[in-house]
Amino acid sequence: MLTIKNLHASIEGTPILRGINLEVKAGEVHAIMGPNGSGKSTLASVLAGREEYEVTEGEVIFQGKDLLEMAPEDRAREGVFLAFQYPVEIPGVSSTNFLRTALNQVREYRGQEPLDAVKFLSLMKEKMKLVEIDQKLLSRSLNEGFSGGEKKRNEIFQMAMLEPTLSILDETDSGLDIDALRIVSNGVNQLKSDKNATIVVTHYQRLLDYIVPDYVHVLYKGRIVKSGTKELALELEEKGYDWIKEEVDSAAV
Amino acid sequence: MSKDNQILEEFTSKEYEHGWSVNYEADEAPVGLNEEIIRWISAKKEEPEWLLEWRLKAFRTWQTMEEPEWANIHYPKVDFQKLRYYSAPKQTKKPKSLDEVDPELLAIYERLGISLNEQKRLQGIAVDAVLDSVSVATTFKDTLAKLGIIFCSFSEAVKEHPELVKKYLGSVVPMTDNYYAALNSAVFSDGSFCYIPKGVRCPMELSTYFRINAANTGQFERTLIVAEDESYVSYLEGCTAPQRDENQLHAAVVEIYAAAHAEVKYSTVQNWFPGDKEGKGGIYNFVTKRGICAGDHSKISWTQVETGSAVTWKYPSCILKGDNSVGEFYSVAVTNNMQQADTGTKMIHIGKNTKSRIVSKGISAGKSQNSYRGQVQVMKRATNARNFSQCDSLLMGDRCGAHTFPYIDIQNPTAKVEHEATTSKIGEDQIFYCNQRGIDTEDAVALIVNGYAKEVLNQLPMEFAVEAQKLLALTLEGSVG
Ligand SMILES: Nc1ncnc2c1ncn2[C@@H]1O[C@H](COP(=O)(O)OP(=O)(O)O)[C@@H](O)[C@H]1O
Ligand SMILES: [Mg+2]
Repeated sequence: MLTIKNLHASIEGTPILRGINLEVKAGEVHAIMGPNGSGKSTLASVLAGREEYEVTEGEVIFQGKDLLEMAPEDRAREGVFLAFQYPVEIPGVSSTNFLRTALNQVREYRGQEPLDAVKFLSLMKEKMKLVEIDQKLLSRSLNEGFSGGEKKRNEIFQMAMLEPTLSILDETDSGLDIDALRIVSNGVNQLKSDKNATIVVTHYQRLLDYIVPDYVHVLYKGRIVKSGTKELALELEEKGYDWIKEEVDSAAV
Repeated sequence: MSKDNQILEEFTSKEYEHGWSVNYEADEAPVGLNEEIIRWISAKKEEPEWLLEWRLKAFRTWQTMEEPEWANIHYPKVDFQKLRYYSAPKQTKKPKSLDEVDPELLAIYERLGISLNEQKRLQGIAVDAVLDSVSVATTFKDTLAKLGIIFCSFSEAVKEHPELVKKYLGSVVPMTDNYYAALNSAVFSDGSFCYIPKGVRCPMELSTYFRINAANTGQFERTLIVAEDESYVSYLEGCTAPQRDENQLHAAVVEIYAAAHAEVKYSTVQNWFPGDKEGKGGIYNFVTKRGICAGDHSKISWTQVETGSAVTWKYPSCILKGDNSVGEFYSVAVTNNMQQADTGTKMIHIGKNTKSRIVSKGISAGKSQNSYRGQVQVMKRATNARNFSQCDSLLMGDRCGAHTFPYIDIQNPTAKVEHEATTSKIGEDQIFYCNQRGIDTEDAVALIVNGYAKEVLNQLPMEFAVEAQKLLALTLEGSVG
């Protein structure tokens, strides 16, 4: 579904991603871990099409198409979803109104009829259950005054509504207490199928108890320096990142 | 180049949609301005002597006045001698009903999306359509007449209801109030008149639609709204003009009189031609709008969505004379490209327990300049006066300007005046967030801007709010790559 080959990206001339290779197939869950500042969010942003990041080398193929050629909105319409580490606030725009605009643009791109208000609301009701989100929250301005947990829950709710093919969750666990973590993970797990795939970005192992990954990758200094199964996550939990850093840094000398 | 700047490089305002003009045979005054011209206009309109005298008095005062220069707007001086002060489509005789109106004129309005054909109108909005200098047609007159409501062109009111016109004309905006009001008083050609009798709630929106069609013609319309005790009316004003290389002058006067327990809502969606991207052409919009809450417990609300004009100079105001009266001002002013707007309000608290509320939302894009100028004045007598002002500015890019000039003058210690102001930039983050959900940039900007302006848009009557939303989106179309 997704093939990343030798991806290099920089911001304002500083290289951040320095040769990422990754293959994600339908039905899989990949976890990307790594210390702070290693480039995890950068990778997520580059995949979603944030323009400040300049791709200097490499390619990304998503379902047979060159992802890097596409505008951010077209990537979304093709089925790439990014649950943001820091969701933005849009004053005066309700989540409901926002999502309806989004969903109908996605539908239009896919040649589907727009959903009328009734159908939209019933779809919303159904998906709301998935992440136990309150209708009241959705009639408020998008993310404005939301708690950290509410913002994250709202991200997963949007994911449920848009039914993406590839979901990238950037530190969705940060700022969540244990109950919220369980609810959010439940939601993600229920949305999983053999047709879609998930990339979970986190630097804690905790989340991976709930969303069990098929593969775990360690990102460090803009490269995937180690890949393994979920046991790798446990090992990292136990030993920290220092041994990996040492391995990489000594090899580089 | 940062994304913001790049976004702005791609900023190309959509061509002004109403920028066409129609050739029709016109009845025109000679170019220039002097007493003879004023007599010519007055005679053309078969006005009574007192009105001619009133005009001449205004003209003589105007000649002694200086064009105001305190506003934060810069434009080449208007040569008042090069303008034409009267232009009317030639109709062989005055139409008695819509059936008699020249179909070509009706077609002009059809093209603007305003059907004057009563049968076809579903929304139930009565329209007075003003083309250049004269009122072309007023719809739903009979329905309104049954309730005692008078809604007609100003010229007709002068003929049919001279006592009302004489009583209220210039009572809220004195003829010599300011430079443009004096000019308007001297040369005004037509406009709308509206009278709501005691205890009557006007059952439909009353609407005036202004269009400037002729070249080098100033449009000087006058609107007078009188709401008697316990009456209510909601009034809408819309406007367009063709696209021309030369600037056209528009200097209107609107007066509102609200008696005890009366409520008047006045909404404007202003879409005059703003000039092209280089700032060529466009309307100079110098307007004086003022309402007086003359009676106790009366209320006047101004709501404006200002998207057009090259230069805007406009401060709809409320004189809160009656005790417990309320004044409101809700404004969205968008400037793009080379547009300049200096707009705001004055709230003058005279009566006891008077309240005013100001919500101003400025949006600046391109190289435009957008100023809010507001005055809150609390007089000695105005015990327990309250004012709340919220002035927000939204900037798109870093080549535009937003300015806020609040003036507060309090002469009664019991007054409570609150002022809040914010300036924000439309965030790349917000746009990217929308993009990531499948919303293209154009729609993202529209969504964000409409969210920002929501409190004001909510004040507009339903159909108007939808129009205004589209207009905001259109004005900023292409603003962000
Ligand atoms: N806008 C930016 N300008 C300059 N440096 C940036 C910017 N965004 C991220 N970086 C740098 O890129 C590196 C990777 O950041 P990020 O992808 O956010 O890491 P992670 O998500 O793994 O914590 C960090 O060193 C960070 O400081
Ligand atoms: Mg991060």
